[in-house]
Amino acid sequence: MTLSNPEPVGDGNAAGTDLAAEAPVVAETARSPWYLRLPVLSHLRRSVGLQRGMLITGVVLVAGLLLTALFAPLLAPYGFAATSDAAGPFGTQRPPSAAHPLGTTVTGFDVLSRVIWGTRTAVAVMVCAVAASLFVGVALGLLSGYIGGWLDRVLVMLADAIYAFPSLLLAIVMSIVISGGQSDAWGGILAAALSITVVFVPQYFRVIRAEVVRLKAEPFVEAAKVVGTGHRRIMGTHLLRNATRTLPLIFTLNASESILTLAALGFLGFGIEPTSASEWGYDLNRAMSDATSGIWWTGLFPGLAIVLAVLGVTLVGESVNDLNDPRLRTRRRRRSPRRARA
Amino acid sequence: MTATDEKGASAPSAPRRTRQRSSGGLGRYILIRFLLIIPTVLILMTVVFFLMRITGDPITAALGGRLTPAELAARRAEAGYDRPLIVQYLDYLGGVVRGDFGTTYTDRTPVSEILTTYGAATFELVAYSVVVALVIGVPLGMLAARTRDRWPDAVLRIVAILGYATPVFFVGLLLKLVFSVGLGWLPVAGRISTSGEITMSRILNPTPFYLLDALRLGDMALLRDVLSHAVLPAVALGILTGGIFLRLVRTNMIGTLEMQYIESARSRGVAESRLTTRHALRPALIPIITVMGMQIAMMLGGAVLTETTFEWNGLGYMLAQYMKARDYVAVQGIVMMLAVIVAVSNFIVDVIAALIDPRVRY
Repeated sequence: MTLSNPEPVGDGNAAGTDLAAEAPVVAETARSPWYLRLPVLSHLRRSVGLQRGMLITGVVLVAGLLLTALFAPLLAPYGFAATSDAAGPFGTQRPPSAAHPLGTTVTGFDVLSRVIWGTRTAVAVMVCAVAASLFVGVALGLLSGYIGGWLDRVLVMLADAIYAFPSLLLAIVMSIVISGGQSDAWGGILAAALSITVVFVPQYFRVIRAEVVRLKAEPFVEAAKVVGTGHRRIMGTHLLRNATRTLPLIFTLNASESILTLAALGFLGFGIEPTSASEWGYDLNRAMSDATSGIWWTGLFPGLAIVLAVLGVTLVGESVNDLNDPRLRTRRRRRSPRRARA
Repeated sequence: MTATDEKGASAPSAPRRTRQRSSGGLGRYILIRFLLIIPTVLILMTVVFFLMRITGDPITAALGGRLTPAELAARRAEAGYDRPLIVQYLDYLGGVVRGDFGTTYTDRTPVSEILTTYGAATFELVAYSVVVALVIGVPLGMLAARTRDRWPDAVLRIVAILGYATPVFFVGLLLKLVFSVGLGWLPVAGRISTSGEITMSRILNPTPFYLLDALRLGDMALLRDVLSHAVLPAVALGILTGGIFLRLVRTNMIGTLEMQYIESARSRGVAESRLTTRHALRPALIPIITVMGMQIAMMLGGAVLTETTFEWNGLGYMLAQYMKARDYVAVQGIVMMLAVIVAVSNFIVDVIAALIDPRVRY
């Protein structure tokens, strides 16, 4: 069976693909104006069929998420912690109606407003978490891979230990440490973001370190050393720029995972207080007991919001990754006409 | 999935060092790999111990508002929390080595008892879910690979991504709404019904595994009760993992289906169905075995959420409860237990991988 097969299975290098066939596409991309060479746009042009559909869906969902977060005050009919308006209290657990298109919760919040305001929290956490883990993870990976020795061994072992552990549990412990369990809006967002960061740093660390170790042996690094380039410049210019190729995929996967982790923290009751910011996971937590008595609107809509947000980010990341990997990319010319239609 | 990517990405550094040595070092490899469990668990234990202490000691956290400062100080001294942190840490380590994980604050139960009782519940849940995940993931992944870029593949890929994007507690909520509240087929929550519990209490020396006890008793009604409670949680958690399996099987099978030996088998006239099940599936399953280790860690994380959703009295559910009560001793014990499970399963998976593929040994 397998031992007769000398090729490694399933690691994403481009060996054995027909690069010549890709050349026209690549050349076309290289000639086009700068805005068409931006990551997602250039991928959009290269994609066909189902892959294009998935990418477009993802881009639309992400754009929707960002726009909703940006214009939440205009879109939401009420505040995220409002339980009454000029006409009086909203009432609790009301089914969807004209005044409350998605109904009200057990606390008397308007579900639609909660869902819309929740995008803000999700985007804020996503941005903070990914930015923080990107910086810390890349820096550590670079140092560890370049310097090597004991520092490398210790860091690798630490990263492996943390990576092997269920990330959610780590996030729970971290959130308790950072915020003491529950907190105000920005405190809560930062606590959630930092808890998620701790979980992600090992991922960035491992990928960057592996790339740096590989690149360190390349002739151009040797050459730079021979002409007397400083360590800082070698790390910054020669290694870092070349090691970041794999980052976009982890970047998007982490973004989607940070939304999920935030929701999970909120669901377990370690999130942001409902009066400080709207958070989908918390709303789902409160909706759990509603479900038992057949009240579906309090849980369904925040849940769908999570799914759509994660779906959007994941679709963009997946498609970009598939398009970067020639093995997985759907080619423009297809042998069978039936596949071309798909 | 990221797990595979990183496995692949970090692998190249290992074989280089070993190439000069003979490839016969399997025993050595297993030994080294086994010893690596200890630092992994130790690191996690240490990290959690000190992290939990940053926010203060458990007694202040639990009783801070209710006692006068003098009473609080007396209580802290009694429990040994006035000593330096490092002494407490060494003391705790000493206890763990002797098999003593301490006693919880909130309900005064030995942690070791919590670990066996609730650990069994989590084990049952994860075991059911792995079955569900394999039943969903492997055949559908094969189907997707065989129909690559045609509509079944397209549908399945979207379903798999949806499976990843949907939090397990939302799946749980939907399942509850449809199957428990809407159709009334399955129980809403818990591991067993009240009447089942009464039957169960009549068993002499019960095991912590409900399924085992029900089978031993041979009581069909009890068995149905136990299984019906397990269906929704197992499906909720299994769907999550099944989606990941599906994608893994698909990607790896597409890889193997393009290998030359498949082409040669095809030219010999081997049937397409046999080609996928025999020739392509087996090599495609190897990365899945290796990812399984990572998956167990992920499933344990998912188990926390699933258990909370369905009030399944497992380690995850209890961990969240103890965490909220700031019962650090219980939290540490459970976290360490989970760390051991993860480390041991990773070890087993690595050994299997080494047996299959000699290149990963060091």
